Amino acid sequence: MQKTPLNSVHRSAGARLVEFGGWEMPVQYAGVIAEHLAVRQHAGLFDVSHMGEVEVVGAQAEAFLQYATINDVGALADGQVQYTALCYAHGGIVDDLTLYRFSAEHFLLCVNAANIEKDHQWLQTLLEKSSFSELQLTDRSAEYAQLALQGPHAARILQTLTHCDLTTIKTYWFRQARVADIDLIVSRTGYTGEDGFELYLPADAAESLWHRLMTAGRDDGLVPVGLGARDTLRLEKAYALYGHELSAEILPLEARLGWVTKLNKGDFVGRDALVKAKQDGVTRVLIGLKLTEAGVPRERYPVLCAGRQVGYVTSGTMSPSLRQGIALALVESDAASAESFEVIIRQRHVAAQKVKLPFV
Amino acid sequence: MDFPEEYKYTEDHEWVSLEGDIVTVGITDFAQDQLGDVVFVELPEVGDELQSGKPFGVVESVKAVSDVYAPVSGEVIEVNEVLPDDPETINQSPYDDGWMLKVRVVDPAVVENLMTATDYQTFVEG
Repeated sequence: MQKTPLNSVHRSAGARLVEFGGWEMPVQYAGVIAEHLAVRQHAGLFDVSHMGEVEVVGAQAEAFLQYATINDVGALADGQVQYTALCYAHGGIVDDLTLYRFSAEHFLLCVNAANIEKDHQWLQTLLEKSSFSELQLTDRSAEYAQLALQGPHAARILQTLTHCDLTTIKTYWFRQARVADIDLIVSRTGYTGEDGFELYLPADAAESLWHRLMTAGRDDGLVPVGLGARDTLRLEKAYALYGHELSAEILPLEARLGWVTKLNKGDFVGRDALVKAKQDGVTRVLIGLKLTEAGVPRERYPVLCAGRQVGYVTSGTMSPSLRQGIALALVESDAASAESFEVIIRQRHVAAQKVKLPFV
Repeated sequence: MDFPEEYKYTEDHEWVSLEGDIVTVGITDFAQDQLGDVVFVELPEVGDELQSGKPFGVVESVKAVSDVYAPVSGEVIEVNEVLPDDPETINQSPYDDGWMLKVRVVDPAVVENLMTATDYQTFVEG
């Protein structure tokens, strides 16, 4: 099992460590619900060093990424971040990622931990089979640690450790800056739905930055947050998670990623299949369900409409903010217009209502 | 971690307290700590017959679903009505307010065969 540079910090903080995507990661410190609410109300610090970083450098970097990803890389300026995905030729998803543009010739892709090798391999194969040249793909995952500082107080806390004026970094933009005497990438992004930052820094500086941030945030209610709350926070905001809402068998158009699928940007891998799916109409679609009775919907639980199974739960939890069971469910398109559903929980039919997303 | 001396314990992490032929059952401090925040509890109904070693209910945390096993055989005579609305009571007070049910046990002698607090502590701490 791989360990992040903060493994011993988590142990001394009393974290419970679990295996996630081949990594030993903290699932919780004080408790999932307390950590979740701290991020919604104050601030939380996450070690997300398991995430992968793949660097793309070369004269044709922009053109290559325009071909390899589904969003419009051409729409980005230097210093901008874009949420996007890699698709197979059949339209299924290789991975979802954030793409950082340093310049037209230099990009960094932040990819899911469990997919680092697969993505790197996939991009390498695309590169070899295409006519793009003078391009270097490098897996930088081992060199980078990544911390996410999230919550309404995140900016205030981070500002105490840097001269960089954080108000000038807008959502989905980034800057190379010096924070707590460390040169790093400050990205105004996150996976919680709150204001906040993702910080990319040299692995050997992670421990120092972690302690500096925790100290700086002491009076602002900053707490360490594990993967348990990371999951409930993203689910309340209906953010997709690879392996759940997204997979090789699911099209971005089925998974509410139509807004990042730019079919008119020119040729890209998966375009033909996605254009056809758009013309024919997708057969399944992701919806949000809220249980109207007690219970916790979980991944793979069957979803019924008018007594017939129409799909399944892709992610579900007890929402710490709503104190109600919530779920994302992939259901037949024909059933998606209905309002009332049932989730089968241990043979019990539990009533659920379709709700607008995000949940919170 | 708390292991009250006056209770008996099972390998499935339930505690049992015997008074006459009535046992009170809950899950241990260790169990609630391992589970994390309890968000849902499913209990049997009064009058249900429990069979020793079979699941009688479910405790769910944010991350996990866990069965709860009957430590003894007998009839359920009372369930903790607080738990469905306030499942976190199990985290806050596993041995008192977080009790789960009371059972009229078929054979009170079987409780004697369960683990003592010391045995259970050794069991969970290795």
